[in-house]
Amino acid sequence: MSNQTDIPHFNPMFRLQWEQAQDCYVLLFPEGMVKLNGAAGEIMKLVNGKNSIEKITELLLKQFPDGQGINDDVNEFLIVAAEKKWLYYEQ
Amino acid sequence: MNSDNDKKLGPPLWLLAELTYDCPLHCPYCSNPTDLGDFSDELTTEQWCKVLTEARAMGAVQLGFSGGEPLLRKDLDQLVKHGRDLGFYTNLITSGIGLTEKRIAKLKQAGLDHIQISFQGADPEINDAIAGRGKAFEQKFKMAKSVKAQGYPMVLNFVLSKQNIDQIEAVMELSCQLKADYVELATAQYYGWAYTNRDHLLPSQEQLVEAERQVNQFRDRQQGKGPQFIFVTPDYYETRPKACMNGWASTFLTIAPDGSALPCHSAKMLPLKFPNVKDKSVNDIWLQDFSFNRFRGDSWMPQPCQSCDEKEKDFGGCRCQAFMMTGDMDKTDPVCSKSPDHHLITKAIAQALNPQGKIVQRVNQRKIVEADIARIKL
Repeated sequence: MSNQTDIPHFNPMFRLQWEQAQDCYVLLFPEGMVKLNGAAGEIMKLVNGKNSIEKITELLLKQFPDGQGINDDVNEFLIVAAEKKWLYYEQ
Repeated sequence: MNSDNDKKLGPPLWLLAELTYDCPLHCPYCSNPTDLGDFSDELTTEQWCKVLTEARAMGAVQLGFSGGEPLLRKDLDQLVKHGRDLGFYTNLITSGIGLTEKRIAKLKQAGLDHIQISFQGADPEINDAIAGRGKAFEQKFKMAKSVKAQGYPMVLNFVLSKQNIDQIEAVMELSCQLKADYVELATAQYYGWAYTNRDHLLPSQEQLVEAERQVNQFRDRQQGKGPQFIFVTPDYYETRPKACMNGWASTFLTIAPDGSALPCHSAKMLPLKFPNVKDKSVNDIWLQDFSFNRFRGDSWMPQPCQSCDEKEKDFGGCRCQAFMMTGDMDKTDPVCSKSPDHHLITKAIAQALNPQGKIVQRVNQRKIVEADIARIKL
C-alpha cells in the first residue's frame, strides 16, 4: 500500500479526455486509447501533481458521499495506474 | 450491414490521413501503391478539414498524418490545429526529412501530440542506402533528439528486412540513446513496393529467431526502464493470419491523398469501387457504402474460415494478401496453415532465400512528371 501523503503526478505522455462517443473518460497516447470506468476517470481527474492520495480520497468522498470503501478503490487503482505509467511519484 | 453481424458497429476510431504520396525517400519496403498517380488530385485544405470534422463527430479519436511524407504539405500546421481543436489525439508519422527545430516547435504550438520517426537502420551507411538518400540518418538523428527535447512523446519505427535485421542490437541501443518512448521493430509488411521486393526483403527464419532472442535479452536487461520495444514478425512465418485492421472497416479509416476512403491503406488494389470524400460524407461512407460492408461480419467467408472456431479472432486475415497471392479477395488469407493456398507462402519463403533480379527503389512519380515537363520546355 502506498503512503497516503504521496502525491501522484500525471504522466504528460498521456492525455485524459472525456469522449462523448464512448461515454467515458479515456487516456490517449501515441496511436492508442484506454477507456476508463467511471471511478477510474474520476480519480485520474484529480491526479494533478498537487493532490496527495489522502486528498484525492477526501475530494471523492465529498463528491460521492455514499462511496463505501472508496479508500481501497483509490489505492488499488493508483497502484495499477503507476504500473501502467499513467502517473508517477517523485523519488 | 450483413445480417449475421449482430455486433454494433462502432465509429472509425482511427483516422489515417494520407496527405500526399510524395516522399523524399525511396525505401524499397514502402507499402504505398506502386502506381502513385500524379499528385494533381490531392485534397485541398478545406476538403481535409471537412473530413476531420465529420470523422470526429462520429467519434474518431486518433488522427494520424501520414503519406508519403506529410511534411511536404504546406498546410500541415493548419490541419494539425484543426484536428487538435476538434479533440483528436494527433500523430505525425514522418521520415524526419523536412523537419527543423522550428517546425517541431510550430507543430507543437498547433497542438501536435506525438511524432513518430521512421529509421531504416542503426547507422548512416545502412540507413541511407535503404532510404536512397544521403545524410538521411544524420537528419533523423538530430530531429529525434529535438522532438524529445521539445517534450513530445516519441515513437521510433524501424522497418526490418534482410538488410538490417542483424543490426537489431544496435537499433535498440540507438533507441535508448534517443530516449524513445515506444519503438516498433517491425518487419516489413509485403504490400506495394515491398511486395515487388519481397524476395529481397523477407528475412530468413534463422534471422528472425535470432532477432527475437536479442530483443528478449535486451528487454530483460531494461528492468522496466527506457523504451518499450514492440517486435512485429512478418506474418509469413505464422500459422494463423493477422487480425488485419482489427477486422475490415471495424476501427480504421484511411483517406488516401486523392480523397478515396479505404478500410486500410492498401485496399485500393482490390477490385472494389471505393467511395471518395469529395462525393460523400464520412458518415455515409462508414455506415452505408457497399465496399465498407463487403467484408464485415462473416457471411462473406469461404471455407475453411466459415466453420473455423478462430474466425472471430482473425476475421479470415488480410483481404489484400488473399487477393495479391491468389487473385481472389474472398479467399482465406494464405498465411493460415488451414488455407488450401498456404503453399504460396511456403514458396515465397523458399524464394526469398535466393532472390532473383534487382531490388527496386521506390520511384517518386512527381520527379518523373517534372522531368517530362522540363524536357518539353527544352
